Amino acid sequence: MTKALKGALLTLCCALVVVPFLGIVATSVSTREDIVRNGGFVLIPREITFAAYRALLTGGVVPRAVGVSVFITLVGTALSLVATTLLAYGLSRPGSFGHRPVLMLVVAALLFTPGIIPGYLTVSELGLLDTYWAVILPAVVNAFNVVILRAFFMELPSELLESARIDGASDGQTFVRIVLPLSKAVLSVIGLFYAVGYWNAFFSALLYLNDSAKWPVQLVLRTYVVNQTQLGVDQVGTANLPPQEALQMAILVVSIVPILLIYPFVQRHFTKGVLVGAVKG
Amino acid sequence: MIFAILPGLLLLLTFHYLPLLGNVIAFKDFQPYLGLVDSPWSGLTNFRVLVEGDPYFLNALQNTVVIMLLQILVVFTVPIALALLLDSLISERLKRVVQTVLYLPHFLSWVIVIAIFNELLGGSGPLNSFLRRHDLGTIDIVGNAAVFKELVTGQVLWKEAGWAMILFLAALSRIDPHLYEASSVDGAGKARQLWHITLPGLRSVIVLLLILRLGDALTVGFEQILLQQQAVGLGTSEVLDTYVYNNGVVAGDWGVGAAIGLVKGLIGVVLVLGANKVAHLFGEPGLYQKDPR
Repeated sequence: MTKALKGALLTLCCALVVVPFLGIVATSVSTREDIVRNGGFVLIPREITFAAYRALLTGGVVPRAVGVSVFITLVGTALSLVATTLLAYGLSRPGSFGHRPVLMLVVAALLFTPGIIPGYLTVSELGLLDTYWAVILPAVVNAFNVVILRAFFMELPSELLESARIDGASDGQTFVRIVLPLSKAVLSVIGLFYAVGYWNAFFSALLYLNDSAKWPVQLVLRTYVVNQTQLGVDQVGTANLPPQEALQMAILVVSIVPILLIYPFVQRHFTKGVLVGAVKG
Repeated sequence: MIFAILPGLLLLLTFHYLPLLGNVIAFKDFQPYLGLVDSPWSGLTNFRVLVEGDPYFLNALQNTVVIMLLQILVVFTVPIALALLLDSLISERLKRVVQTVLYLPHFLSWVIVIAIFNELLGGSGPLNSFLRRHDLGTIDIVGNAAVFKELVTGQVLWKEAGWAMILFLAALSRIDPHLYEASSVDGAGKARQLWHITLPGLRSVIVLLLILRLGDALTVGFEQILLQQQAVGLGTSEVLDTYVYNNGVVAGDWGVGAAIGLVKGLIGVVLVLGANKVAHLFGEPGLYQKDPR
């Protein structure tokens, strides 16, 4: 294959990802005239206005939904990282009480998934329906992430932990002072996986949160962008309404930006063997 | 150590193994006001829909299998091709930029991806605006039942192709470059190198991913399809997971929904174990081996 053809193909692939984003951002800052002239979707706006963002972010459904999503994501990711790290570390030091059966439980959890209905019944019997915990708690421990993290901890040189113990460090001190600092890269990747999972949680929110005042961003997105329910003055923070297209695209941008913000800091670790090595082991 | 694993273990038991036990609902005539424990047993009544060939169930099963085959076909070949293309780039910097761009859609939710697709390919999107401006007619893609399965596959491709590429890229980087040198000394062209060196180098990863995919064989894009079902109707879009949801959670036929979910899960387990066995027979490491540790 010639160089030119390769270049053209890869450019096309990247354009297929990048151009939609640019169009969404462009439409969200377009005026009504631009949107009408372009038939609904603008790639290059002639005039830029932030009216849609002003309308969405000063009141109505979006700020509340962003607040809910941020809460679920922060609390969920923190709980997930603590529980997953402790479980994986405990399982990476063989010989402790109950080590093998618990490891079996984790691995078997990869194979047997419970299904929608029993999951729903469990959450409802625990009285968690219509609480944010219904979205958070079932997702706190992901068996796959436990397996990845355990594989990483197993690779840590045991001499290191040994020497810490000889110097008089307790299990807890070894974990906090030695193991955690060495695991920054893998923990940031796993943290990203969890955070993205919570931020993107759609079905669990649909299933467990009936009260629309508790909706996270994804449900707002579904209602007003995918299903095209019109946003009225009650749903936004300003009295005069920017065009629906701009509002819809602005909601999309609001839901994508947090992912774009953390992504660059973490993605360089993807290929550094963190994932690939763990999947292999 | 026991205190370290306790929180994680409790959560796993509560939200994974308790629901697994909750699958007994499949053998009960579930009455919401009685609760799971007090509802009467009903034997295998709930499984009847599986055996008797309820047309809605058969339709869901057929859609599931067709979409799965389409996706295996496309979602395996394109990422391999992408990985080969990217691997042949010389500039490391350029490689990194392209990877960063192509991974990104993996981290977007299905709601976002579908909103983007609707926006771009819908009646007022740039594609149809362009066609209309040039008097070429319009292409009806969004909300068109006739091309729904292709659309769904295209969405999976857009979202996951870059991410699926990672493992192939890693496998490519592990192939010994001397093999290529030696073969070109022996007069092998690019095509022969691809067939005799590159593809065999990727074989273990391909087998591994196929086995993993088989475990989810009957799971095709639940959120993705649920979000688009209204527009195209159940005929072309109902798959097993949405059938369970629509009949179980929405319509309140809990027992039947759980029964189908249970059978589906068991088939997945059997497929993974079976495929892993077959992989071993062909001398591949597969998903797991008897743990030497």
